[in-house]
Amino acid sequence: MANSQRYTREIPRRYRLEGQRFVSGNVYLPMRYIDPETGERKFDPIRLSGKGTILSFTEIHIPADTYAREAPFAVAIIETDEGARLTAQVVDCNFEDIKIGSKVELIFRKIMEEGNSGILNYGYKAILV
Amino acid sequence: MIGIVGFGAYVPAYRIKSRTIAEQWGDDAGTIERGLLMQEKTVPGRDEDTITISVAAAKNALKRAGIDPQKIGAVYIGSESHPYAVKPSGTVVIDALGIGPHVHVADLEFACKAGAESMYICYSHIKSGEMDYAMGIGADTSQGAPGDALEYSASAGGAAFIFGRENVVAEVMYTHSFTSDTPDFWRREYEHYPRHGGRFTGEPAYFKHVLGCAKALLEKSNMKAEDFAHAVFHMPNGKFPLKAGKILGFKQEQMDQGWVVNLMGNTYSGSSPTGMAAILDVLKPGEKAFMISFGSGAGSDGFIFEATDRITEVQGLAPTTRGILEGKRIFLDYGKYAAYRRKIRFDN
Repeated sequence: MANSQRYTREIPRRYRLEGQRFVSGNVYLPMRYIDPETGERKFDPIRLSGKGTILSFTEIHIPADTYAREAPFAVAIIETDEGARLTAQVVDCNFEDIKIGSKVELIFRKIMEEGNSGILNYGYKAILV
Repeated sequence: MIGIVGFGAYVPAYRIKSRTIAEQWGDDAGTIERGLLMQEKTVPGRDEDTITISVAAAKNALKRAGIDPQKIGAVYIGSESHPYAVKPSGTVVIDALGIGPHVHVADLEFACKAGAESMYICYSHIKSGEMDYAMGIGADTSQGAPGDALEYSASAGGAAFIFGRENVVAEVMYTHSFTSDTPDFWRREYEHYPRHGGRFTGEPAYFKHVLGCAKALLEKSNMKAEDFAHAVFHMPNGKFPLKAGKILGFKQEQMDQGWVVNLMGNTYSGSSPTGMAAILDVLKPGEKAFMISFGSGAGSDGFIFEATDRITEVQGLAPTTRGILEGKRIFLDYGKYAAYRRKIRFDN
């Protein structure tokens, strides 16, 4: 999310979890033009429910400068109930409560600030449910 | 019939106890807790602001309303902590919720009254027949300077209300507004924290406007305090709303449900709206509720609501205000609190 144009393009995915379901049934978020598993190009848009399960996670203690004030924070690979796999921060919890298999819900949060004068970037993060 | 078709609240999971703040500044914790009637307050997460709180509250309101977001014709967000100085909070909120682009959006500011103000404008839109639904939100991540009395109360949270004509759960029976130029609390451009007039914020500001609005509303409606199941008054601290209610003839049990300040703090524009959401969580068909907001500067907007039979069908469709308040709580020490609230300044 480096500038206003790219940020605006990504709003449907980052704000509303608008992904895609290919003919094969594979679901993705963020979107891609070709299903990497089948090579299929036809898909329908799908709005994800925001419910999912943690497949893996880690703790970030030395982040990129942009996220320096937020460290330490947890990041997880999450499989949504529809089958999409995505990466998101897991917030509002103690790290020891995060487990592989934990149920999560995607919520709307501020992701980063572009310096002191740039735009604020919003999108999805996860909380344990 | 015109009224609320959906309502929802949200407060962050983080908290700081009044005792923790008192210990930081050498104040007597017992005196503070007894004086303000506040045990703890909400603190926004580092990734939470008026926009994210508005989205969370609005999602709960949409769950209860059960309407297509595209049918909402106006969205107003009242706050004194809009994240941008120039760029609307409302545009982010509508795009996150799937509302618009055919929608009227505005950010409002009137100290702590801006949330109730958004409700008043939404009600007026529906009354005029201009649109089917309109959503008013009051949300804040309130500022209070380190060591200032405001630091004990300034907190984070908000509530959202969708107004319409069909499937109303609480009818708007009467409204009234009471406003005058009273500089009791303010924040100038580029200043981080508001300033206030100390005791001047009491009788000449809060009580003059809250009681002025409430008395006019009771007179207009030809109702008395005992006609209401619940009442909520703006909650800058624990004492002021209870004192105002008592002067008007309300009993403690009528004020208990909406008096969320002891656990939430003062969510500024979200204060009386969040208390009202807590009341709607339990209001029974046919029962009436009384709401008086207050915003420094100064003014009060008042509402009288009556619940319809439908309210019991929607109350369980989203988390209740007290359920969120008394649910997951992560307590912070003063150092973390200062960092979360950006009271520690960095050079880059």
